[in-house]
Amino acid sequence: MNALVPIADEALSETVLVVPGMHCAGCMAKVERGLEAMPEVAHARVNLSARQVCITHHRATGVPDLIAALDAIGFASQPRGEEIAPPSAVKPLLGPLAVAGFACMNVMLMSVGIWSGAEGTTRELFHWLSALIGVPAIAYAGRPFFTSAWGALRRWRTNMDVPISIGVVLATSLSLYETATGGRHAWFDGTLMLLLFLLAGRALDAAMRDRARAGVDALLRQAAPGATVIGADGTVAWLPARDLVPGLMMRVAAGERLAADGEILNGQSALDQSILTGESEPISVRTGDFVNAGTLNLDAPIDVRVTAAGHDTSLAEIARLMEASGQVRSAYVRIADRASRLYAPAVHTLALVSFIGWMIAGAGFYDSAVIAIAVLIITCPCAIGLAVPVAQVVACSALMRAGIMVKDGSALERLARVDRALIDKTGSLTLGRPTPDPATVAALSVEEASIALALASHSRHPLARALAKALADYHVVPAALENVVERPGYGMTASWRGSAVALRKPEAARSSAVALDVGERPVRLITFADALRPDYSGAIGMLEALDVECSILSGDNARAVAEAARATGLTAQASASPLDKRDAIERLQHAGRTVLMVGDGLNDGPALAAADASIAPGTASDVSRQAADIVFLSDSLLALPRAVVMARRTMRIVRENFALSIGYNVLAVPLAVFGYLTPLLAAIAMSTSSLVVIGNSLRLARSAK
Amino acid sequence: MTGLAILLPIALFMGLTGLGAFFWALKRGQFEDLEGAANRILIDDEGDRR
Repeated sequence: MNALVPIADEALSETVLVVPGMHCAGCMAKVERGLEAMPEVAHARVNLSARQVCITHHRATGVPDLIAALDAIGFASQPRGEEIAPPSAVKPLLGPLAVAGFACMNVMLMSVGIWSGAEGTTRELFHWLSALIGVPAIAYAGRPFFTSAWGALRRWRTNMDVPISIGVVLATSLSLYETATGGRHAWFDGTLMLLLFLLAGRALDAAMRDRARAGVDALLRQAAPGATVIGADGTVAWLPARDLVPGLMMRVAAGERLAADGEILNGQSALDQSILTGESEPISVRTGDFVNAGTLNLDAPIDVRVTAAGHDTSLAEIARLMEASGQVRSAYVRIADRASRLYAPAVHTLALVSFIGWMIAGAGFYDSAVIAIAVLIITCPCAIGLAVPVAQVVACSALMRAGIMVKDGSALERLARVDRALIDKTGSLTLGRPTPDPATVAALSVEEASIALALASHSRHPLARALAKALADYHVVPAALENVVERPGYGMTASWRGSAVALRKPEAARSSAVALDVGERPVRLITFADALRPDYSGAIGMLEALDVECSILSGDNARAVAEAARATGLTAQASASPLDKRDAIERLQHAGRTVLMVGDGLNDGPALAAADASIAPGTASDVSRQAADIVFLSDSLLALPRAVVMARRTMRIVRENFALSIGYNVLAVPLAVFGYLTPLLAAIAMSTSSLVVIGNSLRLARSAK
Repeated sequence: MTGLAILLPIALFMGLTGLGAFFWALKRGQFEDLEGAANRILIDDEGDRR
């Protein structure tokens, strides 16, 4: 577009990069313009929904150059992995939806003509035109229902699509017969309207799932696990985790996570295992120790020889445990399906009874069939098809605006029934990252604070980063330093106005801390603790008020858990292994409780999968974010009660919707049974009940605020 | 009746045009990035771009 040198078309190639950090129009503009400013790039187009940018560039330009260019303008990016391309659930429904909408409008126009008194040949012409538009449209737009119904019937099962398909096929055939014989009534309009409303419900449901999944996928893409591997000849290469094999040597820098299990060949450091075990205290390791994938290297770079990778690691063991833990959720039957199980047999019996009744009354086969089909059409679950998805979509978009991502509608249904909550400590009840003690930070003089910030900002060490972030929040201005050097395993040194300054590991400290040296002044010790999430007491109070009993279920040691339990006033279970956590949940479930699990670590994975509903913070491990039904992005724990309140409110609206739509049908059914139902009345009943259901659901959008 | 003979084809033609336009847009990827399209309106055009 704005390339300085025009690039010949044949020299161009296309690359798609995932840029998880894009959120708004400003980011889009920065990324597109930043890339297009490169002479090698012909065109860059951002897809914000997928957090991707598609770059058309000169063939000679490599992917690393593009990633470096994006990095220079402040966006981390990576090539799109082949495996992460989930097919959209909405797209296949858009075509049928459009066709049904078009056909419905046109056929309805003809029907209005017939209702207002068209007679004789005009009516026949209108019927034929309706058939001409309606039959192909029904065949195309009804396909999603027909294929699903056929799939169920072939296996001798039934689902909600079976009664819909039977109703649609019968109504279409009868209408064709009526048209061919010059009869008074044809039902093409009603059939198409039914398909239109049902498809709209399906499309909304699918759109919600797509959107939530896109959000979670974007989070997952942020941390592509992998390792820097040192070859025998000293070459350095970055390999994704799936390509690691035992025997390779990986170099793990401070602040990186291990991508595979292994044995330390060289170096000593402290490892944070909290994501794996829940244990908040770092453990120190040295040459010869075995280390687990998923742990975070805190202090100094270590060289690790891979002993197990991929399916053999401790992570894979947890994954296997999770797979075996999901029965409760897969056994859950969604409310729409439960309703249709009751509804479909009732409706079919009613239609059959009215057919037999009219036959006995001597109405003849044809008239009885017309009445039976009228009953089928008026009772077809049109508004019921909308009752659940519309309410859930409105609730989910309201929650998403509040930073709570719901993966699918059944999660809301299960969450609404919860009466017991188990909360993991490290990372769920707490922030899961060290934060400097506010009192010691406030006690630093302005000079000391500015030196500490300048030193900390040069390091990737987790404690240094936490300190830099906390100081930046206090609006500290970094001091100008010279000769900044990072010594692995020790800390940062520099000189400031001629005197030596250092931010380093303290000589002796029980818990995590850093020491700040400024010239000859006394050493300042800054201690770090994993702080409880903001609003934790308010959140727990609200959950108790909702009759959800809370307690702590942690893998951390008893001392640390007792401290959190005292602060929150909750009962707690400490030192729980992943299996213990799952068993605790299953025990509660056997006792008749409906359990909500809140967790972030890999060790919470099986528990998250076993619980009736589960929530993970956005900072959680990949495994937990995938296992959880709901992911919340904010630091505040208030997301928990907010989600529960919204879920319960949604279920109340869903029940109201059922009552409203069934109520309308109950009013119209006697008309149909006694043969007074015309296509006009059917159309009015159908659209009014659908509109009422939609209007009722929209109340949820306001109640979220 | 002559009115109908004119109006019906017109109505059908217009409806089909709309349907055709929708399918064209669907095929051309106009619905690929709804979030991006909503945000693009907010990007300020710089002087060097049209």
